[in-house]
Amino acid sequence: MTDSDDSTGNLSVDQNSWFFLRRLTDARIGLGRAGVSIPTKHLLEFQLAHAKAQDAVHKPLDTALLQKQLTDEPSITQAALSLHSRATDRAEYLQRPDYGRLLNDQSAALLDTHRNSVEDEWDLSIVIVDGLSSLAIEKNAVTFLTALYQTFSSYSQWNIAPLTIVEQGRVAIGDDIATRLKARCVLILIGERPGLSSPDSMGLYLTWNPEVGVTDAYRNCISNIRPAGLSYQEAARRCHFLLEEARRKKLSGVQLKDRTTDDSVMIDSSGDNFLIGG
Amino acid sequence: MTQQSKNEYHHRVGTRTFEFKNLAELMAKATPARSGDRLAGVAAATAEERVVAQMALSELPLKTFLEKPLVPYEADEVTRLIIDEHDTLGFKPIAHLTVGDFRDWLLSDLATPESLIQIRSGVTPEMAAAVSKIMRNQDLILVAKKCQVTTAFRNTIGLPGHLSTRLQPNHPTDDLSGIAASILDGLLYANGDAVIGINPATDNVAQACRLIKMMDEIIRHYEIPTQSCVLTHVTNTLEAIELGAPVDLVFQSIGGTEATNTSFGFNLANLAEAQAAALSLNRGSVGSNVMYFETGQGSSLSSNANHGLDQQTCEARAYAVARKFSPLLVNTVVGFIGPEYLYDGKEIIRAGLEDHFCGKLLGIPMGCDVCYTNHAAADQNDMDNLLTLLSVAGCTFIMGIPGSDDIMLNYQTTSFHDALYVRRVLGLDPAPEFALWLEKMEIFSGDHPYTLNRQVPHSFQSSLNRIEGNGR
Repeated sequence: MTDSDDSTGNLSVDQNSWFFLRRLTDARIGLGRAGVSIPTKHLLEFQLAHAKAQDAVHKPLDTALLQKQLTDEPSITQAALSLHSRATDRAEYLQRPDYGRLLNDQSAALLDTHRNSVEDEWDLSIVIVDGLSSLAIEKNAVTFLTALYQTFSSYSQWNIAPLTIVEQGRVAIGDDIATRLKARCVLILIGERPGLSSPDSMGLYLTWNPEVGVTDAYRNCISNIRPAGLSYQEAARRCHFLLEEARRKKLSGVQLKDRTTDDSVMIDSSGDNFLIGG
Repeated sequence: MTQQSKNEYHHRVGTRTFEFKNLAELMAKATPARSGDRLAGVAAATAEERVVAQMALSELPLKTFLEKPLVPYEADEVTRLIIDEHDTLGFKPIAHLTVGDFRDWLLSDLATPESLIQIRSGVTPEMAAAVSKIMRNQDLILVAKKCQVTTAFRNTIGLPGHLSTRLQPNHPTDDLSGIAASILDGLLYANGDAVIGINPATDNVAQACRLIKMMDEIIRHYEIPTQSCVLTHVTNTLEAIELGAPVDLVFQSIGGTEATNTSFGFNLANLAEAQAAALSLNRGSVGSNVMYFETGQGSSLSSNANHGLDQQTCEARAYAVARKFSPLLVNTVVGFIGPEYLYDGKEIIRAGLEDHFCGKLLGIPMGCDVCYTNHAAADQNDMDNLLTLLSVAGCTFIMGIPGSDDIMLNYQTTSFHDALYVRRVLGLDPAPEFALWLEKMEIFSGDHPYTLNRQVPHSFQSSLNRIEGNGR
């Protein structure tokens, strides 16, 4: 970020000389002012960010396109079943989180029929859910799954149930799906609540031995997967670690720690910052 | 009236009689529509049923709320607090009123700022919630404006004609330089008299100590008449005090039922202990209000602790918890919880005005985090409306954040600029001690309505020179 580029010519706006501090933070500091108000340029930048975030919430997931991408991707080549929660539309989805956690009757019947037609035992059910950002799924799901499938190897085999894609779903709908498919573990890929600067953030939730009604304390989460956030390779590496650990220990959640990284912020002994010092 | 019925309340409209099972149901069905009450399954089924419930509620004597606790006395320490601390003398002037009469009394010229202070200890949260349900937005504004609540620590908050701001310099990794940049921005936009308050990204005692120390150094270096707070769990702050951290204010999120507070991991004894510890540090210069609380409609339902009550009644009960500990600041984080509790701008605005009114009537220094998330049907225009309405109502403080964008909590609240907007249109001043500091530091030019200096003040310019010299 450089200094504001319109420091000359507009006498109505007082620029802030500390705009260069933007290199220390993504916060919207040093915006300058027209009188005491936000200058037009920054007002519209904000509106654009909010518009993108709102569009990400309301844009329907293109399930057919996603299905095609999953079958076409050489590392995946799996067909995916298309499912729908009990929330009929976005307005209902936003107001009734309970509806987003359960399949509608048609989807439940589809899965039950499918289950009765096969004999296999599944290690893992992978559930792709629109959540609060279909954009996050559209941008990240296939690339992440490609990276994840590449971490599986001959000594790390997972018998994976048919992939499922859910519209108007919440995290817990994975429990309903995995229970019907009789899978030992469920991995949910879901669009996270869009931030103003991150409309496309995808999250992962892993649950061992899922059943309807389990609480979040039994899940492990990996968050902020997107081009400007956690990379696909790193997310796949952490996810693979958690899957192997969950299978080895036969559990997930608070008792299963992600030891691939140390997330704690380093505590400086000195509290120096530029406002004091000198 | 109907013959033998198990329902406690009836109201007849024309030939039809509406029935309400109990007081909790009557309160819930009388509540203006919102998504959280529909989610809880307690909302009125039709618009007509809602208004009939409001009519039935308006005929209810205020003393009913003393006789019929909405959450059992034996099962809930918040109910015990409300009943045990109820002041019969304060209640006397309004003891004969129904809920409907109470609305008329509050709006009347009998309810002066002085008489509203007199009855404060006689009003329970349930009475406040009940009367708010039959008040229009303008009623909530008019009465709140008459309720004066003043608190103090290093400055005086809540004087008539004043509006304060919490400077909220959050950073997604708690980076000290990033936080300092936002603090500088806020101070130069004349924000931060209510508190400089950080929501830590890493929530533990060591991190809290580090941030508390940093803010203390800044406040002392620039001799700012304000206070700091790290919004961490009450037990963390207590440990920080034991470790010698320079704690000004103790923070906690609170709810209106014991079970809500249990889910937040504290009880009333924890708050009392932390308040005593903060008081023992004796760091206030003009007052000794050392607590900072946050609330918000929907928290009880989201922790399965609402006892079948509507979310606004639960919220008002949280103010009894706040009142017990003489806070410097309380704010309702009105739009943060999401559209399953408050769906759109209309519901958020209504809830913000209710919370501010109930808080002020009960005598707490009520501010508001005028805010929304990206999945709510709300935008900056809704926030402008609520900000303006609350400022007219005499709201104690609002948040101030760079460009409305909280990059740590991922939601939008009021900006530093927004605070200056309401100062200008309504002629509202910051806390007097802080206003003097702004003029002394040459942040304000001294011209009214508040005008910022074009030049960066000398003492801040040297800090900027320092960092600009360091490898720019």
